[in-house]
Parts: sequence; C-alpha cells; structure tokens
Amino acid sequence: MSQPAGFSRSLQIQFRVIGALLMREIITRYGRDNLGFLWLFLEPMIFTAGVAAVWSVTRNFHTSNLSIIAFAVTGYSAVLLWRNCASRCCMAIPPNVGLLYHRNVRVLDLFLTRILLEIAAATASFATLSVLFTALGLMERPKDMELLLSGWLLLSWFSCSLGLVLGPLTTYAEVIERLWHTLTYLILPFSGSLFLVEWLPPSVQQYALYSPMVSGVEMLRGGYYGSAVHAHYDAAYLAICSATLTLIGLCLIPVAVRRVEME
Amino acid sequence: MIVVHGVTKVYGTRQGPRRVLDDVSLTVRKGERLGIIGRNGSGKSTLIRLLGGAELPTQGRITRDMSVSWPLAFGGAFQAYLTGMDNLRFVCRVYGVDYKQAIPFVEEFSELGSYLREPVRHYSSGMRARLAFALSIAIEFDCFLIDEVTAVGDSRFHDRCRAELFEKRKDRALILVSHDANTISANCDHAAVLVNGKLHAFDGVKEAQEFYLSAPA
Repeated sequence: MSQPAGFSRSLQIQFRVIGALLMREIITRYGRDNLGFLWLFLEPMIFTAGVAAVWSVTRNFHTSNLSIIAFAVTGYSAVLLWRNCASRCCMAIPPNVGLLYHRNVRVLDLFLTRILLEIAAATASFATLSVLFTALGLMERPKDMELLLSGWLLLSWFSCSLGLVLGPLTTYAEVIERLWHTLTYLILPFSGSLFLVEWLPPSVQQYALYSPMVSGVEMLRGGYYGSAVHAHYDAAYLAICSATLTLIGLCLIPVAVRRVEME
Repeated sequence: MIVVHGVTKVYGTRQGPRRVLDDVSLTVRKGERLGIIGRNGSGKSTLIRLLGGAELPTQGRITRDMSVSWPLAFGGAFQAYLTGMDNLRFVCRVYGVDYKQAIPFVEEFSELGSYLREPVRHYSSGMRARLAFALSIAIEFDCFLIDEVTAVGDSRFHDRCRAELFEKRKDRALILVSHDANTISANCDHAAVLVNGKLHAFDGVKEAQEFYLSAPA
C-alpha cells in the first residue's frame, strides 16, 4: 500500500475496489429478498416487452414488412442504455460519501460501478428478450451480428461518457439531475429509437445524424434487419462524440471531487 | 512511516474560503503513538481525514509507506442501509483481505451478536465504534487512525481495545485525535497540539498538555 504504486498494482486495486462496489451496489439496490438482482434486467425487460406489445396491437407502424417486435426491442434497449447510465450517475456520490473514507475508493469508481451495472443490465435485457422472442417466432435472427454488436458497443461507450459528464455536474447543482430527467423526454424523439432515418424526408436525413445516438440505433437496426433496411450511420462521429464527452467527464471529476463534503 | 509535508487545507464556506489547516508538517514512524489535541473546530478531524487519504490537501504532500487504516470515527466508512456483515465483506474486499478469515475475530471482538446481521443504521454509536475497531484490527493495518472514538463505548470496550491495540500490536503506529488531554496522555507517547489550524509539536505528552491548557481558545 505504499504511495507510488506501480501501474499494474494500481490497476489491481482498481479492479478490487470496483468488484467490491459492484457487490455492494447489487445488494443495496435489489436486496436479498424476492427476485433479488434478477430485477436488474427484469425491470427493463418488462418495459420493452410492454412497449412491443402495445405497438404490435395498435399497429401504429410505418412499414408492414418489418418486425414490429424487433423494432421495439432494438429501440427501447438503446434508450434504456443511455438513459439509465446517465441518470444513475446523477447524484451517485451522496449515498456513497461514507465509503470515500476508504482511501482506495475514489469518486470515479462510484461512477464506473454504476455505469458497468447499467450496461450489464441493459445488455442482459436486450440479449434475453432477443433470444426469447426469436424462440417464440416473433423475431428473426439478426442478419449482421458484427454490425449489431459494434452498434451496441459504441452506444455503451456513449452512455458511459454521458454518465461521466452528468455525474460530476450534479455536484455543482442538484438541479442538473431534475433537468436531465426532463431532458430525457425531449431527447427521446431525436435519439433514433422511434424512427428509421430512411423514413425521414431526404433533406432532413443528414441533420438527423447530428444526434450521436441515431448512428448507434441505426447500426443496431442495420445489423438486425440486414438488407431489408437501408441504415444511415456514422460510426466515427459517434466514437468522436463519446471520446470528447469521456475526456470532458474525466476533466470534471477532479474538480467535482474537491466539492465533495465528507460527513 | 507517514510524512506530512507543509499541508494546507482550505474549504469554501458561505463566508468565503476558510483555512482549516495551515502549513502542517509531521512524521510518524512504525510503533509510534502520536496524540493530537485540539479544541472543537481546530481542524483535528480534517487532519485525520487527510492522513487517511479520504480527502486531498489543498497544498503540500502526504506520503505513506505503511498501510494506514481509514479514520475510525463516529460516522462514515459504513453504508448505513447494509448489515454489519455486508459492510464487513465490502471493507475486506476493498482492502484485499479474505472476509471469511475476518469474521471470527470481528464476531468475537465486536460482541455485536445477532446485531451483526442488522443494518448499521440501527446501531448505537458505541456499536458502530465496536464494529469499526474490530474490522480494522482484523485487517491488520500498520497504522491506526482514531478520531475521538475512545470517547464512546464502555470501560470493557476500552480494556479490550487496549489489550488488542496497545499490548498485542505494540509494533503498530497509532494516531489518536481528541479534545481531551487525558485520553491522549493515557494512550500516546508524544503529542502535538492543534490551534487554529497550526500544529505545535512536543516531545512529551506533559508539555503538550500544559501548552494546550494554557493556550487561548
């Protein structure tokens, strides 16, 4: 535990601390009773399944030859990913401030733990729902797995970077958290989950891609439907946005740390 | 050894920046028992949080080449909604200690009985202190940081702490912070006095005690 620890030693401590925080977070959030940590993905699963059901019953859908269920599963899994990563990072510090008494537990670890948990939950929900609906014959198998996974990975990185920016910001003003919840509903129509870029008028299509999430969701849908749709996406743009936000977040954290008050 | 070199800590308050610690330097070697005496608000708890590394100094440097406990204090360090046992697992994992090996000692020393399986928020401050001491002794740190905790707990707990910390672990370092000069003289071999963020070091506990009692508030 000497101070100038080497890189591999520091990495080892980092993994140890995040592992301990993950176990603790699962217990505090989901408890030991009932279905326990199963809620981690049951909750998003019920949500996605409900939306898919409503959409398929109301037939409120643009083109009849695409699977509505698959459209709902891909779209809402993406929303759950970025929305939950960001909102769980808001106010991640106050309930955990006592744990910062342990020197190796750093503010960044608190954010990373919550982000990892949310990515794991959204991924588990996405995978379980896809397998379930495919087995039931409601969805076909994805046509281009590579594109689908690349889209999901990029969206995960974007969600992580969003959390890393919003988390430290809430230490400046708690109002950011409330603002974010409202913003979520405003962002939703621009996130690409509710439409395909192809459906938009050609003059609008290029502007839709300015919203980074749109590229990610298009990659998911392109990977899922294959040649049945024409996916419009810019993976490099999504990666650049995520990298920029990650960098901003990492710069904000040391400033936010100084504002953290111990009990 | 812990070396504190020219450490200053400034907090932003509603009345503007407040200098809580002002150019503090000290050194603690293995086996040393240092007492820090100070009145309420003199910066004692801040100093011990910096020593533990929970907060970072505004200026100056702290180096540790031995393992240092977290500040054993009334609050903090535990998650109130988790049980004592869950907190034990968490803290052991954080410090890379096998929690299964720590359980017997913690059960025996803390004397919490079935309370160990209750959420920590139901604990009295004495019970929290017992859990904190038991855990930190089980983890076997080289240096223990203690913030006024000796003020809580009954004489039986004090005797047991003395046996475990002062007799069985004579080779460990200890930094004890208190407003009570008698607590310091009973447990430490030298002392320093904190007055308005400035640290005054003394070789003997007696001189520190005299200085503290004669110092203006």
